[in-house]
Amino acid sequence: MSIAPDVTEFAFDAAHAALAEQALAKFPPERRQSAVLPLLHLAQAQHGGWLPKAALDYVADYLSMPRIRVYEVASFYDMFNTEPTAPCQIRVCTTTPCWLMGSDAIVEACERALGCRVGENSPDGRFYLREFECLGACVNAPMLWIDDDYYEDLTPEKTTALVEALQRGEKPTPGPQDARKVSMPAGGKTTLLEV
Amino acid sequence: MPKLTINGQEVEVPAGATVFQACELAGFEVPHFCFHPRLNIAGNCRMCLVEIEKAPKPVASCAMPAAEGMVVHTNTPTVKKAQKGVLELLLINHPLDCPICDQGGECDLQDLTLLYGPDSSRFAENKRPVADKYLGPLISTHMTRCIHCTRCVRFINEIAGIEELGATGRGEHMEIGTWVEAAITSELSGNIIDLCPVGALNSKPYEYTARTWELRKHEGIDVMDAVGSSIRIDTRGNEVMRILPRLHEDVNEEWIADKTRFAYDGLKRRRLDKPWVKKDGKLQPATWPEAFDAIRAGLDGLKGKQIAGIVGDQVDLEAMVAFKDLMAAFESPHVDCRQDGAKLAQPRASYLFNTTIAGIEQADAILLIGTFPRHEAPLVNARIRKRYRMGGLQVGRIGCPGDLTYPVTDLGAGPPTLAELAAGKHDFGAVLEAAERPMLILGTGALARDDGGRILGLARQVAERYGMVQEAWNGFNVLHRAASRVGGLDLGLVPGKGGKDVASILQAAAKGQVKAVYLLGADEIETEALADAFVIYQGSHGDRGAHVADVILPGAAYTEKPATWVNTEGRPQRSPAAAFPPGDAKEDWKILRALSAALGHTLAYDTLAQVRARIKEVAPHLALMDRIEPAPWAAFGASGAADETPFTAPITDYYRTCPISRASATMAACVEEIVGQAEKATGTHG
Ligand code: SF4
Ligand code: FES
Ligand code: FES
Repeated sequence: MSIAPDVTEFAFDAAHAALAEQALAKFPPERRQSAVLPLLHLAQAQHGGWLPKAALDYVADYLSMPRIRVYEVASFYDMFNTEPTAPCQIRVCTTTPCWLMGSDAIVEACERALGCRVGENSPDGRFYLREFECLGACVNAPMLWIDDDYYEDLTPEKTTALVEALQRGEKPTPGPQDARKVSMPAGGKTTLLEV
Repeated sequence: MPKLTINGQEVEVPAGATVFQACELAGFEVPHFCFHPRLNIAGNCRMCLVEIEKAPKPVASCAMPAAEGMVVHTNTPTVKKAQKGVLELLLINHPLDCPICDQGGECDLQDLTLLYGPDSSRFAENKRPVADKYLGPLISTHMTRCIHCTRCVRFINEIAGIEELGATGRGEHMEIGTWVEAAITSELSGNIIDLCPVGALNSKPYEYTARTWELRKHEGIDVMDAVGSSIRIDTRGNEVMRILPRLHEDVNEEWIADKTRFAYDGLKRRRLDKPWVKKDGKLQPATWPEAFDAIRAGLDGLKGKQIAGIVGDQVDLEAMVAFKDLMAAFESPHVDCRQDGAKLAQPRASYLFNTTIAGIEQADAILLIGTFPRHEAPLVNARIRKRYRMGGLQVGRIGCPGDLTYPVTDLGAGPPTLAELAAGKHDFGAVLEAAERPMLILGTGALARDDGGRILGLARQVAERYGMVQEAWNGFNVLHRAASRVGGLDLGLVPGKGGKDVASILQAAAKGQVKAVYLLGADEIETEALADAFVIYQGSHGDRGAHVADVILPGAAYTEKPATWVNTEGRPQRSPAAAFPPGDAKEDWKILRALSAALGHTLAYDTLAQVRARIKEVAPHLALMDRIEPAPWAAFGASGAADETPFTAPITDYYRTCPISRASATMAACVEEIVGQAEKATGTHG
């Protein structure tokens, strides 16, 4: 972690400001600071996937909290990038369940398709590839997370296809990449057959 | 009051105590790093593990409330094993570089490892690298040594009240710092060096200059402000190597301000180490007899009324009493110790911090008048913040805006608001009315104006109107900035009958009515007015006063003489000499005594004991150390309306307020890096 390079100005645009107010409305007025996570997410979304210091300071001032407290939060969570990254982020889960289900091969497929290693931006500057800890979708392992969506039940081939679709500028359908419906049993229903 | 059994011994502890405190009360030492009695509990180092019967695992005693019937063990094999394990883990990433570490010899980690730790490590992997952090010109960092106890973070957030330090990152990547590589802007920042139990935070100016066991430790009293903090002066040979706090619960607790701690390099620079005499319009080095001859010639034929004396901000009682006697021998009524021109004189209650510093903790409403205590007395400000954190404190302020580290209600900018309060016409009056122990703190900046006497009078009216002066409570306080001021006022170093105060002395000197002016360490005056007068400057540094002098007499600085100081509360405190003055410089009272003989007015004391007996004669209460003589309430202050001019803070540059701090390179660096950084951030630079 270090200080982000010089982006000196940041402010919510109208759309994000409205969303920020919506987030703030969920908390009592004297607990504005509770909205720090949603606001950081909004700031990151607006700024193209990462948070410069100016954005962190902006959020801190917005919530009238000490700046260092926001730095602590932003540096604590992996979901926040405090250094510049490519706009589209591909995060492959490599924690034990996904790993048992072959996440190593998924990472490899991504690396090959993108032409970069984990922790790097792709040469075309459009994608940022990284590993992630358990994303809570183990039942559909292996899986990866792109922008706001999960892509699950992957195989190396499907992963390659997915990345290639992204490279063509398409938006593949999120969720399980096989016939399965959400997290229902993989081989079809075994209980609640009547429903 | 829960009762516990600790190592077979029964102990009753106050409700709310922790198991750790219970162990200490029972007389058993529990090793610890993160726990500190003045900071919130963090419970993160795990060094304080003890066994509690019925608990499945060893328990961190510092974070465990003591409960009735607990049976605690601090010395079982399980506890010993746990302590060993914790230390082995804490040392996993530690660079083990004690031989080159400044903390070596006074390091908790070193000591506890010796007493409780393993003799070797089983960790063969690579250690975690951590880049050192920039925290400003005062604190150097070696973050590989940090054990993440967060004492520094808690101090800066809780006690200093400046939220700039934190723990960023997570898990193995957690690092302590400001994250933005900025200087810490608190005036109390140096205390985290003492708090850090390892060698992660060190004093930047002291770094690598000495080893702790080479130092001689001397008790001292600080003179950078009027708080009179207890300090420890560490010397090697004749050099002051560093300054640390000493515990004094009623004054500075265990903290000191950064100027107190770091201005000591100013003791080595710009020093006057020999007498100087002006010959042919130029100051030339001289001997003591030559200097005395020059003074005799300069004063020759002058009447008492043509001679004046001004006493500076860091003069000790011994020198002041000798000065008073010498001026009396000259038959001069023009003596003044109020360099800043504050309109203060008897009665004593009108110029003391009557509530006392510790008394602040009892107050429930505080009115600040023309003062910015964060700069004028950082530790008084820290006390107010401490009181604020206890809850239920209201602070109102007239003039001197700015962040004081606790919430304040700004009532107005100047005397009109004060007059409204005095007349019962201001809303804040209701707060003071409702308070059981209200107090006011009057800054000397508000008194050093033409209408200072009337402001003093208004403040007295406010104190009386809102019940600030009660049977066992005096809420009227003047916050001094000069270490010598209360002592000077106690000794009566104010103009005698027909005498002139500082401003009139300067005017009269410019007009040629006063022909000779004796400056005893007086540097904070408009010295231009003295161009035509015969000026004697006695002091330690070649500062403003010395620049206009015709004769310079080199004196000792506060670390170089046995001396008595009276703080803003009226508390006399004594410190022995920690070093010798440089070159030909001498203790100030001795200079005055020798000069008196050379001028044929020999003062009646030859030894320090005799000088102190003379102090006792003039002001008996100044003979009892560390005891505040309560001052009876009496009428004071002038009546009439004050001007409308807003109060302004008397200190614009916290780091440079006296000859010593102005000579200090460290303080200059603070101005550059800390003040400069703030100016850049707010865009007020240039
Ligand atoms: S720097 Fe020192 S005081 Fe701060 S967390 Fe690390 S070990 Fe503790
Ligand atoms: S392990 Fe991959 S989602 Fe839980
Ligand atoms: S002293 Fe108890 S956990 Fe650190």
